[in-house]
Amino acid sequence: MADVKKIATRDSYGSTLIELGRAHDDLIVFDADLAGATKTSLFKKAFPDRHFNCGIAEGNMMAAAAGAAAMGLVPFASTFAMFAAGRAFEQVRNSIGYPHLNVKIGATHGGISVGEDGASHQCCEDFALMRSIPGMVVMCPADDAEARAAVKAAYAYRGPVYLRFGRLATPVFHEQEPDFQIGRGEVLLNGGDVAILATGLMAYEALQAGAALREKGVSARVINLCTIKPLDEELVLRAARECGRVITCEEHSVIGGLGEAVCSLLSEKLPTPVRRIGVNDEYGHSGPAVELLKQFGLSAKHIVDVALAFCK
Amino acid sequence: MTPDEKKRLQVAAARIREGIISSTHAAKCGHPGGSLSAADLFAYLYCRELNVDPENPAWDDRDRFVLSKGHTAPGLYAALALRGFFPEEELLTLRRIGSRLQGHPNMNETPGVDMSTGSLGQGVSVAAGMALAAKYQGKRCRVYALLGDGEIEEGQVWEAMMLAHHYKLDNLCVIVDNNDLQIDGRIGDVIDPYPIADKLKAFGLHTVEIDGSDFEQMEAAFAEARATGGVPTAIVMKTTKGKGVSYMEDQAGWHGKAPNDDEYAQAMTELNAQLKELEAM
Repeated sequence: MADVKKIATRDSYGSTLIELGRAHDDLIVFDADLAGATKTSLFKKAFPDRHFNCGIAEGNMMAAAAGAAAMGLVPFASTFAMFAAGRAFEQVRNSIGYPHLNVKIGATHGGISVGEDGASHQCCEDFALMRSIPGMVVMCPADDAEARAAVKAAYAYRGPVYLRFGRLATPVFHEQEPDFQIGRGEVLLNGGDVAILATGLMAYEALQAGAALREKGVSARVINLCTIKPLDEELVLRAARECGRVITCEEHSVIGGLGEAVCSLLSEKLPTPVRRIGVNDEYGHSGPAVELLKQFGLSAKHIVDVALAFCK
Repeated sequence: MTPDEKKRLQVAAARIREGIISSTHAAKCGHPGGSLSAADLFAYLYCRELNVDPENPAWDDRDRFVLSKGHTAPGLYAALALRGFFPEEELLTLRRIGSRLQGHPNMNETPGVDMSTGSLGQGVSVAAGMALAAKYQGKRCRVYALLGDGEIEEGQVWEAMMLAHHYKLDNLCVIVDNNDLQIDGRIGDVIDPYPIADKLKAFGLHTVEIDGSDFEQMEAAFAEARATGGVPTAIVMKTTKGKGVSYMEDQAGWHGKAPNDDEYAQAMTELNAQLKELEAM
């Protein structure tokens, strides 16, 4: 474990913006006084004339980004997930979503792994909010390599995209940038007893859980779903059909996120028993991120416990 | 401005007012009051100020107009139809199922509409984003946004002003339709946003106050806006809600209510008389 390289996906976001910025001069960046934290400061350093700080005014930033997109540019608008999806929800819905403008929302500091700042800044509702907007693509990359690929795919896609990145440095388990397609999941481990569907930093935990379960005689299929909307329905349905049990894992409320997206699909097309692992309709609190994740059951160990009880 | 040019604008404004009354009457709902207060401005923008092409509504270098007070779509639609973006008969489809003329503007459905608006306070931010983008792109086009005086109670409006001033968006011109009324009554009674011009000045905008029914003052204000470098311009225009239809004038009740058949007949009689009078001039 100790030798696994760890990178926060917000860092991947910042550096990929520079890479894209070099190749495409229609890419500009907006931030709301958090450029150092969202890592768009890296882009600002490389392209000072293409980075626009809007100050602490997130709703205005989202609508201004919509205006820039209406002029043919590809704006990436960044702030913390709480303010991107939460505070500016209605601007995102009405000025970006409704006109289907080509704005990419780079939301960092998603989930409880924000850590010590506590509940006011730990957004566990963003998937729910953003999924509810028609035409919005919602992605949550699992590690550095996938984050880079997802940012590039978001740029290439025409239409609004919500990207959630993390503050915490997390293990990089892809050896290289994956062959990435919006809306397509990735099988990390094959198995037939239980399907573990995970997004974001939970994908690595699910992978670890899959290995531990194997030692206990349970064959888990681990699937990484970076794109929460549109969901890779074919891959999820096949996993449900072949495994007969599904566990969803996300650093998000169990309400409205990946778990509910999977349950909606399965209840209509292939009723299958499901266990949802996530934040159980409660607020986070202050503490070291790694400890919080354990406490909230967002860990390989908890996935193993749930899977063993489920497969009894 | 020659007398002929002024007369042409007055005729255009009266026809826009007819379009507002006809379309809201046909829809049996909609927002005539604030559409009528801005009818003279719509006439001036679409007959004189905006560099747009009805034959090519998506022309990349066109001037942009964002109707931040999106509920006054009937006024915008009537102006767009008058300018030839779509047939005037289409105004009668306002708010119907299948119509391109949504209750609030939709940029993907209606030719000539540059931004989907309706939720107050957002359009002006969008316009600032457009102006900022135009500068980055080296485009010489200008961006205009029309705000209601009640709308400026939205805090986001002032966030947008800060942005516009900070990035020196002198290609942006925001216009405030100061008809003094909002849904619940006088703006000063609901939640006082005055002094409007002083607030805009304090946010760093070059601010001009005009009579919103005086085309010569409008011409001077827009010329001043174009000539002003380094800061955006705000034009605060004093208007009368419901202007041009006697029983609607200065009545908050006509904010979001359509005329019935009798009221429609009376309004059209009054507007026809105004047109006849202009033609006789």
